[in-house]
Amino acid sequence: MNSYLEANARERLRHLLDRQSFNEFLPPSQRIVSPHLAQLDAPVAFDDGVIIGQGFLHGQRVLAAAQEGGFMGGAVGEVHGAKLVGLLQRAVTEQVVAVILLLETGGVRLHEANAGLIAVSEVMRAVLQTRAAGVPVIVLIGGSNGCFGGMGIVARCANFIVMSEEGRLAMSGPEVIETASGVEEFDARDRALVWRTTGGKHRYLLGDCQAIVADDMDAFRQAASAAIPACPAAGVPLTLAELEAEQAMLAARLQDFGTQTEPMDIWRRIGIEDPHLVPMLEATEFTRLVSNSVARAAAQQGVS
Amino acid sequence: MEWQQLAAALFPAGHTVTETDHFLSGSAQVDGHTIAVIGTTNHAPIGIEIALAQAQTILTIVREQPQRPILILVDTQGQRLRHRDEMLGINSYMAHLGKCIELARCRGHKVIALVYDQALSGGFITSGMMADACYALPESTIRVMGLPAMARITKVPLERLTELAKDNPVFAPGPDNYLRMGGIEAIWEGDLAQQLVEALANANGSDRRAALGLARGGRLLAQPVIEAVLRAA
Repeated sequence: MNSYLEANARERLRHLLDRQSFNEFLPPSQRIVSPHLAQLDAPVAFDDGVIIGQGFLHGQRVLAAAQEGGFMGGAVGEVHGAKLVGLLQRAVTEQVVAVILLLETGGVRLHEANAGLIAVSEVMRAVLQTRAAGVPVIVLIGGSNGCFGGMGIVARCANFIVMSEEGRLAMSGPEVIETASGVEEFDARDRALVWRTTGGKHRYLLGDCQAIVADDMDAFRQAASAAIPACPAAGVPLTLAELEAEQAMLAARLQDFGTQTEPMDIWRRIGIEDPHLVPMLEATEFTRLVSNSVARAAAQQGVS
Repeated sequence: MEWQQLAAALFPAGHTVTETDHFLSGSAQVDGHTIAVIGTTNHAPIGIEIALAQAQTILTIVREQPQRPILILVDTQGQRLRHRDEMLGINSYMAHLGKCIELARCRGHKVIALVYDQALSGGFITSGMMADACYALPESTIRVMGLPAMARITKVPLERLTELAKDNPVFAPGPDNYLRMGGIEAIWEGDLAQQLVEALANANGSDRRAALGLARGGRLLAQPVIEAVLRAA
């Protein structure tokens, strides 16, 4: 096992792509840094916390980006966002096989507040433009900072999301909710609750990510590679049929689980007989349990 | 501004906009044509219900009124900050809303947005910021997050952030800063109805915000960095 969680952004890209195939655009030697951090006496990074470039995945040419959680939590500022937008636009002109985004981010970089918000919006629209041009966008989430804020929205604009169970995907971070609405609303220090609410297994059970893997570099590499043919050509751009199906899925979720307060109760309703077991299972056991449980629940519903 | 007052100023030829639980929807007559209107009011927190309701309205417009222009009226305090909404995947509901607006644009609907009161964070990037062009009234405010939460996360003292929020272009919440950075197309003053007519005539689907930010001097690096990535060897 080679932990994805513990690796930094460069190590992740190196392992994800074919050996020595990664070629970085705007590398740190060009020193393109944030224009806004100095006024807060905050340090800058020569890559502004995101690494972008081209490479090969099992011999297929892809563009890829990795956010560095170690620099301002991977948050998106003006330069960081523009690097992602440029990469996504380049994918359109070069018609690569896919864009792979290794997201680890708190969302908008609050130190660049207004500029960061516009940048996240530009990334979101660029993801959808790339899809409209027929190039699938695949998101990997497995870093210790999770994928939050506006980038939690951006992730759900992609064609396919791969998560590890350690990965977290949501909108407002627990600290933000606790600060705004009180500790009784969401106790940010209750790590088990945070994990049950935002973690990879919960997202997989709800249908908000398409694959769950172990915290292992090779597992992410295989899942990313398998995700490319899983995005059928006709299904890469947004369609009315896809969004009407998503509308129905989200409406059903609200109908079925809207009054629940505890994620484990939702898991039980989905068909997991003993939700307490879920945290203990490794990824392949977990996916097997889910497919068996969901099939059994569907069969029972068919009978009754 | 109250939404009824705003609607009267925008649609002198009449409208059918109504409010249900802070959600605005209906149609209006603009320059001899019918447009669809959606939006929120009372600084609505965007929870999963209101995101889904807006998305449903847009999908119905796309299915039943092909190419009908859409006006989005923005007044939101941002995404609802609840454990329950996070548990149910509020990011998926908000992404869905944004994707529905994108679909409408891709299928030939002109989409214009107007920030008439507050705009904030996730509630804004999945509504007004998905439009062909987003406009604002001069007294509106646009921001990312309340300052206490921002102070906790950035570890920058609240006093310092409060000071910066007065007039620093990156932190101050006025629409003029967003105008300079390219996030807002223009600020509407005077005859709102006439400016809506012109906005609909000029609507263009491409995202020009980085280029506008450069031309207006408010965001100098976004566009050059995008171009550098496109050129990089």
